[in-house]
Amino acid sequence: MYGLVHRALQCFSQDTYGDVVWNKVVAEAGVQVHEYEAMLFYPDHHLDDVLLALSNHLDKTPAQVSEDVGAYLVTHQRMEAVRRLLRFGGATFEEFVLSLDELHDRVKLALPELDLPELEVEAHSGSSFSVLVKSEHHRFGAVLLGILRAMADDFGTLVMLDLGRSTQGSDDVERATIELFETDFATGRGFGLVAEESGR
Amino acid sequence: MKDDAAPSVPTTAVPFDPGALGALMPMHLHVSPTGHVLSVGPTLAKLRPNETLVGQRFLELFEVKRPMHIHQFGDLLNHGSCLIRTKFRTGHRLGLKGLFVPLAAQHPLLPDRRRSGAARPVLRPNPQTVADPQPAFSGALINLSLGVNVVEAVQRYSLSSADFAPADPTVDMLYLIEAKSVALEESKRLNARLEGARVEAETQAYTDTLTGLQNRRSMDSLLHQLERSGEPFGLMHLDLDYFKQVNDTFGHGAGDYVLKRVSAVLQDETRASDLVARVGGDEFVLVFRGCVNLTILEGIALRIITRLEEPIAYNGHQCRISASIGTTLSSFYQIPAADRMLHDADQALYKSKDRGRARHTVFDPEQRDARS
Repeated sequence: MYGLVHRALQCFSQDTYGDVVWNKVVAEAGVQVHEYEAMLFYPDHHLDDVLLALSNHLDKTPAQVSEDVGAYLVTHQRMEAVRRLLRFGGATFEEFVLSLDELHDRVKLALPELDLPELEVEAHSGSSFSVLVKSEHHRFGAVLLGILRAMADDFGTLVMLDLGRSTQGSDDVERATIELFETDFATGRGFGLVAEESGR
Repeated sequence: MKDDAAPSVPTTAVPFDPGALGALMPMHLHVSPTGHVLSVGPTLAKLRPNETLVGQRFLELFEVKRPMHIHQFGDLLNHGSCLIRTKFRTGHRLGLKGLFVPLAAQHPLLPDRRRSGAARPVLRPNPQTVADPQPAFSGALINLSLGVNVVEAVQRYSLSSADFAPADPTVDMLYLIEAKSVALEESKRLNARLEGARVEAETQAYTDTLTGLQNRRSMDSLLHQLERSGEPFGLMHLDLDYFKQVNDTFGHGAGDYVLKRVSAVLQDETRASDLVARVGGDEFVLVFRGCVNLTILEGIALRIITRLEEPIAYNGHQCRISASIGTTLSSFYQIPAADRMLHDADQALYKSKDRGRARHTVFDPEQRDARS
């Protein structure tokens, strides 16, 4: 898989817990890579190995760490590009959730080889949604949950989120459920279609 | 219209509520037959926040670049459906492009790009069908687009995704531009890192780029290997004499040429298993593996000096150099240490220099023992 994903995990670890922890974690995981390059390819199992080593080190479950990674992608200054690309989904949190259907195709347009999981959004009512994650990587549901939580804050929307499993055909897939309570709960962060250049 | 391929005349016109028109085409202008703006799409209106466009004359607001020679609105109407390129006349002169469609014609014919090379690139409405009783369906509709200026316009006028029609892929294009720039940034970062690594690898390489001889790093590595293995070896330290004069008199080009000739001689006089390293500007170290025979080494050293004293022709000049050499043997030491031996070979070399250069001196172990 693209190093972009590996690098996200690395940046999360370094920015949140420091270089010392990161170096210990890669040594523990035995992956022989200290610096992932976003535009190179690395084996998929690196992700699991590093995530497991990091979870052990932090005394958290891999799901908890994955959720933190999701939140980090949206909230950390260094990952502003990710937040901006997600905000293209819509002007409200609800629109954003509904746009997750297209995320896979959108990303494919920009980076055809990234191969993010396909997401399928179901709207149960105006305020209740679920997102099915079609992926072999079982951690992605937790990452999505972290992203959703942080994006709800970004829009200033109050939500309740949960992650479960459900069967779709013969597949066992992850299902994130979203209950919208208040759309104007807090002031969200701004978003312009074109990024303001720094120094202006 | 007798042509069978011509589009059929619509039997019912579609009446548009201005709001619906604005939603479908947020950057449209509806212009009356007299050239006055009747309605403006909400996004186009945002580009002139302090002005009311409705009621103004289209040609007073916009300069039409294409089609050419448009002096009055009637010219445009006569032109029929066409691509239009235009600019605001005042303020920020943003360029726009779009489609101009006269509404008065019963079936305005659209420009067919496939036929653009043909004799009739633009189809015109039939002037005999102009009369339309409904005022809303007279004049012309112009649907504009920001084209390639979209990034600038979005920034300047704070446009959001709601300002673009859902069928308009502009927002997707902006997304793509942004995603591609992120990917490009990452690629640039990777390139910079790879370039750094390449430079580092070059400095870590074992060869001297000018002469192709081994370098100090390579010499260190071999000496440590010999240190560990205990294999006997002879170590020669060679320093060119009068090389600085060659450089100063004939320039660095001559100096580089001489160094290449020197390296050829050194390689010629040694075996493939020996090491010849350039360790400084005009300093060389030779390691003779498995050879601690002073008679042989003495012979090699003298041959090298003799050959290096042959004048070297460069650009019509005769470059004359020589060499001073100091030698030591691993068999001189109980435990041969690379650093110690390099130091001792250097001492012997300086003795050669002291004795008038162009000489070979073998390190005297007893002298060291006497000193220490």
